[in-house]
Amino acid sequence: MAGGAASGGSASTDTYKEARNWLLLPAWVYLGVFVLIPVIMMLVYSFLTKEFRGGVVWEFSTAAYDQFFFDRGLFGDEPAKIEWTYITIFWRSIWQAAAATLLALAIGFPTAYFIATRPERARPMWVFLITIPYWVNLLIRTVSMKFMLRDTGPLNDVLIGIGLINDPISIINTNFAVQLGLFYSYLPFMVLPIYASVERYNFSLSEAAADLYASKWVTLRRILLPAVKPGVIAGCILVFVPSMGSFLAPDLLGGAKNFMIGSLIEEQFKGNAGNWPFGAAASMVLLSMVLIILMIFARQQAKAEKEVS
Amino acid sequence: MTNLLKSSVAALALVTVASAAAADGKVVVYHWFEYMPQELVDKFTADTGIEVVMDTYDSNEAMLASLKAGGMGTYDVSVPGDYMVKIMASAGMLDTIAEGELANKGSISAEWADPSFDPGRQHSVPYQWGSTSFAVNRDVFVGDINNTDILFNPPAELQGKINVLDSQGEVMAMAALHMGIPQCTSDRDQLKALNAMLLSAKESWVSFNSDTAKEVLVSGDAAAGMIYDGFSAKARAEGANVEYAFPTQGYIAWMDNVVLLKDAPNRENALKFMDFLLVPENAAQLTNWTQYASGVEGVAPLLDEALRTLPEANPQNGAGQAVFIEACSEEVQAVYDTIWTNLKK
Amino acid sequence: MRRSKYDIKSLPGFFGITILCLFILYAPLVVVTVYSLNDSNSITNWEGVSLRWYVDVFSGHESQKFKIAAWNSFTIAIIAATVATTIATLAATAMVRGGKFKLRTVSFGLISLPLMVPEIVLAVATLIFFNSVGFTRGYATILIAHIAFCIPFAYLPISARMQGIDDSYEQAAQDLYATKRQAFTRILLPMMIPGIISGYLLAFIVSLDDFIITNFVKGAGVETLPTAIFGSVKQGIKPNIMAISTMLLGVSVILVTISYFVSKTDNKK
Repeated sequence: MAGGAASGGSASTDTYKEARNWLLLPAWVYLGVFVLIPVIMMLVYSFLTKEFRGGVVWEFSTAAYDQFFFDRGLFGDEPAKIEWTYITIFWRSIWQAAAATLLALAIGFPTAYFIATRPERARPMWVFLITIPYWVNLLIRTVSMKFMLRDTGPLNDVLIGIGLINDPISIINTNFAVQLGLFYSYLPFMVLPIYASVERYNFSLSEAAADLYASKWVTLRRILLPAVKPGVIAGCILVFVPSMGSFLAPDLLGGAKNFMIGSLIEEQFKGNAGNWPFGAAASMVLLSMVLIILMIFARQQAKAEKEVS
Repeated sequence: MTNLLKSSVAALALVTVASAAAADGKVVVYHWFEYMPQELVDKFTADTGIEVVMDTYDSNEAMLASLKAGGMGTYDVSVPGDYMVKIMASAGMLDTIAEGELANKGSISAEWADPSFDPGRQHSVPYQWGSTSFAVNRDVFVGDINNTDILFNPPAELQGKINVLDSQGEVMAMAALHMGIPQCTSDRDQLKALNAMLLSAKESWVSFNSDTAKEVLVSGDAAAGMIYDGFSAKARAEGANVEYAFPTQGYIAWMDNVVLLKDAPNRENALKFMDFLLVPENAAQLTNWTQYASGVEGVAPLLDEALRTLPEANPQNGAGQAVFIEACSEEVQAVYDTIWTNLKK
Repeated sequence: MRRSKYDIKSLPGFFGITILCLFILYAPLVVVTVYSLNDSNSITNWEGVSLRWYVDVFSGHESQKFKIAAWNSFTIAIIAATVATTIATLAATAMVRGGKFKLRTVSFGLISLPLMVPEIVLAVATLIFFNSVGFTRGYATILIAHIAFCIPFAYLPISARMQGIDDSYEQAAQDLYATKRQAFTRILLPMMIPGIISGYLLAFIVSLDDFIITNFVKGAGVETLPTAIFGSVKQGIKPNIMAISTMLLGVSVILVTISYFVSKTDNKK
């Protein structure tokens, strides 16, 4: 009747089936009007002609997508080849975002787990402890991080001081600095969902497993992890997606020598390029990629639910 | 009785007129953040009774994007840079100032009264101007720095330690000066050479940073970097042993201007605001605060002593010409965009 | 003892990693605080201790602007997080406890849409939308845009939490003749609290820190803290920004301490 209790909690039920439409209505209306319609307007823009230095002219054109996918040389009149430039930029952003997500997971999961296993009274305090730094503006924190990672900065001073290295290691303006910056920007987005998930976990299940002489790690792997998977997935999404579109950390910590997707698009709307349809087209490509990834996840989850029931 | 009636009507009329005048007394200014001292704003309100409502942007391009996406009609004036004035004028975003509407127009310095980006000053008045070049840390390099080779073909000591501004306009203009080709040239060979030169120069660069252009010089992350004159002076004040360069090939001049926007809701007050800034006393107060240079005549004797003797304000003999960044035509701009993307991909 | 060997609550190394995590989070803040006491104008050169920047924040010529900006930021964040969390909770209930329905995947897509669209695109798209509708830009437009992008941030932790709650409690309640509404408010909602709080906090932070979207949809004269700080940075980063940041930190520390004591007394009941 309850279904799936042994797996630590059912993934989906239909207790409120009747009220479902009413419950979803606020979200649908609000997001439909203030997000979906603007995004559709953007889609339309990607098929318009660009107005010089910003804006659009209401004439249909596929020039934006053409510029994205095809390389026609410096002057736009050579035979079309595949345009690798933007694919490179996208790939770089994806890779950075993935690295940042893994880093966040490696540090965020144990942290969330630790907090969730503290005595109940102490937990809110720990959660606040994690979120307090985010009250300070991101730009300031990133600049401070830049200061710390510099060749002459505190981090290198400490490492040299304790004798680990002899010459300062150059972290700033490298890819690693960017990943560190992204990880730093979005860490609570990994910790909080996992915390919420683990906190709900029924630890008596683990005790039952312990009674059966299962070791800690086996318990962790076989019982706990599947149960907190929703939280982990939520955390990964919340870190990965914004990291892909981010440009603050890459610019300040990576030296801005390479475009990320975010800086590429920003340049179209705020830079000299002023090519709005192209910015819209690049955004549409980004959006489609993310949608596909999410749909794959959603389908996997649906499959997992089917297996459980 | 009649006298009482007459005087009360007169009083009422006076009050009505006065309150009406105060009611529409505001001017909406779209400005850079912290580019105008509060004392000057207060002085304007005290002098004219007009309230100043200020909104801010952080780059010329952001301002343009915002106005294009529907900001027209909400602001009276904004403060774009030189090339942006030209762009806005061609896009029909600026209102024309008729002859005689600006009482103090004559105070504009002769050299800035007829600039290439706004002939005859039909839409704008000068706000502040300065130069953009680069500064070199004298502790790292002691040779001749008045040459754009420092940026594009650097000596060994500076390789890997150069910061350039993260701005297409400035970098391309400097590159054009370095190669001796006209800005916004449409000659294909010149453009190809420009592309190649930039790509090879990039290997000596450590970063593209505009916001922290001063910080990287002070902290030593960069030993040379493109920088605005004002920031170079500030870097030196913070302890960096930097010297500002005036390359023989030329360098960039910039000028921020107050423009009258089309469909300004408070056009009268906007003109009064512009007039106010052209009074030498006010211009001097502004300049002493921002530490750049003014385009108004008669300001020099009112400036702080330290400001007058700044090395950044005094190019040496034999220095190249200071040129404004030019806004390119659509076809050339497309090529420039491609070159910039190539540079940053 | 058998207990400690099998007690999954204390996994080795997790405490250490948590401390490392906190260290990474707070180290740059130490830098910020230290430099807010810097006597010079620079943020890289140290010239002695001084409280003058704190004085400057309250009485300097930009102080009024920063105060108003801070007020705007906080009120917008509180309202946006509240509305977004409410909408998200209702939506999560429908998605997780509403059974399978055809529009489920699409609904999930819509809810996460603000997250997937790059901020700059959402910013320009929203601005264009407001203008085509004739909505004058100002405080309200910022609030509306913030609520929209806060919804997915609130939604994800809430939904994750709800998925982990077995519905047997609500079933049991209904077996005992509770109505659906009672099952929801008396059983499900209390168990959801950590998830709701997580969602609220995330939404709050995201709104407080937002720059790009706010910059595009704000009207004349309305600043939030991030736009004020970003704009100020264009004129060079000065320690007064560090002072403001340190004070924000102080405020949040005080709030945490208060809530800790509140929860302590609460548990005594």
